[in-house]
Amino acid sequence: MSKTITIDGKVIPFEEGQTIMDAAMAAGVYIPHLCHQPEFTPHGSCKLCTVKVNGRNCSACTFPAADGQDVLNHTEELIEDRKKITQMLFVEGNHFCPSCEKTGNCQLQAVAYHLNMLDNHFPLFYPDREVDASHDEVMVDHNRCIFCTLCVRASHEKDGKDVFAISGRGIHKHLIVNAESGLLKDTDVAATDQAAHICPTGAILIKRTGYQVPIGQRIYDHQQIDQVSLATEHPKHGE
Amino acid sequence: MRQFIHGIAENNHYQATHLLQILRQIQSRYHYIPEAAIEQLSGLLSIPRTQIISVIEFYSFFHLTPRGRYELLISDSITDHMLGKKDLLDYLAKKLAVAVGAVREDGLVSLENTSCTGMCDQGPAGLVNGYALTRLDRSSIDKIVELVNQQKPLDEWPKELFLVNDNIYKSGLLLDRQMEQGAALKSAFKRGVKATLAEVDKSGLRGRGGAGFKTATKWQFCSEEQQSVRYVVCNADEGEPGTFKDRVLLNSYADQVFEGMTVCAAIIGAKQGFLYLRGEYLHLYDKLQSILNQRRQNGLLGTNILDQGLDFDIEICLGAGAYICGEESALIESLEGKAGIPRNRPPYPVTQGYLGKPTVVNNVETFLAAASIAVNGGDWFADIGTEKSKGTKILSISGDCARPGIYEYPFGTTIQTVLNDCGADDVLGVQVGGPSGTFISNQEFDRKLAFEDLATGGSFIIFNSSRNILDMVHNFTHFFAHESCGFCTPCRVGTSLLQKQIDKIVEGHGSAGDVVALEELCQLVKNYSHCGLGQTAANPIITTLERYPDLYQNRLKEISYEPGFDLDGALTTARRMANRDDAGAHLAQTDAFGSRPVASLPPSLAVGE
Repeated sequence: MSKTITIDGKVIPFEEGQTIMDAAMAAGVYIPHLCHQPEFTPHGSCKLCTVKVNGRNCSACTFPAADGQDVLNHTEELIEDRKKITQMLFVEGNHFCPSCEKTGNCQLQAVAYHLNMLDNHFPLFYPDREVDASHDEVMVDHNRCIFCTLCVRASHEKDGKDVFAISGRGIHKHLIVNAESGLLKDTDVAATDQAAHICPTGAILIKRTGYQVPIGQRIYDHQQIDQVSLATEHPKHGE
Repeated sequence: MRQFIHGIAENNHYQATHLLQILRQIQSRYHYIPEAAIEQLSGLLSIPRTQIISVIEFYSFFHLTPRGRYELLISDSITDHMLGKKDLLDYLAKKLAVAVGAVREDGLVSLENTSCTGMCDQGPAGLVNGYALTRLDRSSIDKIVELVNQQKPLDEWPKELFLVNDNIYKSGLLLDRQMEQGAALKSAFKRGVKATLAEVDKSGLRGRGGAGFKTATKWQFCSEEQQSVRYVVCNADEGEPGTFKDRVLLNSYADQVFEGMTVCAAIIGAKQGFLYLRGEYLHLYDKLQSILNQRRQNGLLGTNILDQGLDFDIEICLGAGAYICGEESALIESLEGKAGIPRNRPPYPVTQGYLGKPTVVNNVETFLAAASIAVNGGDWFADIGTEKSKGTKILSISGDCARPGIYEYPFGTTIQTVLNDCGADDVLGVQVGGPSGTFISNQEFDRKLAFEDLATGGSFIIFNSSRNILDMVHNFTHFFAHESCGFCTPCRVGTSLLQKQIDKIVEGHGSAGDVVALEELCQLVKNYSHCGLGQTAANPIITTLERYPDLYQNRLKEISYEPGFDLDGALTTARRMANRDDAGAHLAQTDAFGSRPVASLPPSLAVGE
């Protein structure tokens, strides 16, 4: 008899070594997330995937599944609070969807739609951040970075480089690149790097490829992020 | 410089785990970390330059741009403020002719605020090139300014500027007598290592950092891990504002603390221990090193301790200004030479700690108590205290009282007893457990110090009725925003939002609905943050709002909407661009009925609506 957890009352099997997120995804249950991609080491920082495990809040992407866990995911309280966490991500940076090339393909935007986010709720920070367009093929717009570290992990784990890192503390956190000049053009990043394509928002973009897919025909224009996530992301199997 | 940096790297065996210790030396020599040093270290330690930069930008005591040759930092704890810190800082800035946060043009001196330096019983306090300054007043500031301007080396500065007192006013079970060096180890070996763990278990000792996990259980778990390498870590990153007892314990009872660590090593089977000493306690470093040396000479550290076949040594690692490193997994990250970002748990440090190996992390006071228990047995300790809180607790008492200092009490003691002993009257309330703890009002002084009631790491700040509680809340809320590591969204953004919202209310820009919004935000930060910092960052607001709701409501304007910023000020750029400054180019904050902003600009220039 395999081990199981319940998510919102539904019995879900899991393999030893899987997280709650892995088990949920394998069973076709979507838990909102931004800093998590199954092919990378879980990070647990965006906190969108917070679920209640036996009454306690845990990050589904890092918390190991264990036999008999009672997990709450799709509750009014969690949905409302995930929306506020998403709003926090919006106000801390400068996210102007209509003028962003990533619109329609952006996971931050898609999660916001999914959670029915209709305003910013919190006061905007309007931080003064820069755009690094120094590189021939790849650009970084720091205004849109949400510090998910997917590019950091992709560069290290998949590309075998260390192009990106997160530096600073607290609200002063920022993305840095591995070059004395601090500019992308002086790093060994390449447009073929996975790190250049992994950004869930429009912070890292490939140059000269913008608007090739018209707005209206983009990933999230006709599908919700939960469907896309379950169809395209493949959970890790147990050990 | 190349040679200097090569030398430091060599002394640290080119180990990236020693990055903080290496950067401390570079900062101390050059008063910043030069670009060339980063480049060179990246090669010598075989780590990406980004890792070095992220460490520099994480810790308050490291800088990428030059600070003054005299780096002056003034402690920003609420207790320093209660002792007149603000006026003194203004005075100091004026005398030195340097703005707070800036470096003087000649590069000689820089001035900045810093989080609580752990001198709350002898403030206002500060640091000069890392060394603690105490009891600052106008005359000592005059002296400091003169010494700086004369460019006198620190070792020629008068000793009284650096004088740090223990101020032990009440001792009990632990502080009553000094233990003879080696006594705990001898008792432990005589009784047997397993039997000694049983005594620690019987004593009921729980972690003294505040969380209160049972010490014997932690040691037991660690010893049961199937690994050959294990570590013992003493957490002396005493950063909770208002706490300074570990500073006193390390100044006067260090032998006993080291002995407690060694007993732990014998029990769990560790060969290496670390004392993680907060950077603010640099003044203790040399003294602690000489005690370690003495212990090595006396056969109490090193190989084959007391001929019992135990090999164990202790290394001291200094922090660099980051409150979050008091969180045990952040502390371990810091020990590994990284930014102090709390890890995901599980796994817990007892299974995967330092370098992924089973690690016991305990507070200074816990090791001190464990050493005493090894000598005197579990019953001796368990006979005192309450059912769930055995033994005594050492308090750091500061704020409005006649005798601020160190007090040791059996668990179960009432707040009123403590207030009587330290000479506090006309008390409005007490912050128990520091900013992350609880504010209790003068209606609650029959409450008790105990894990069952008021759990505390030892911070005890007293406020008399002349104090404004909102000043305290404002100070604490800014502290958490400053110290948030920034890893998770709810804490990184939430603590800054809390700061904005508290500023708005305190500064009188709050309106109906702002207190409700504040409460809602508090719950969000508390319930969703990654670690204890975020989970407790809203406590100053939550605990005072619960007790004094009127205090907050009275600050609100009786209007439905109030802009959270200065509307007229926001138009400065527009005025400059339009090249006009007449009355019509200005904007009143609200109309006579206080219902909405009023534009007196011509429609073409008006904003909003």
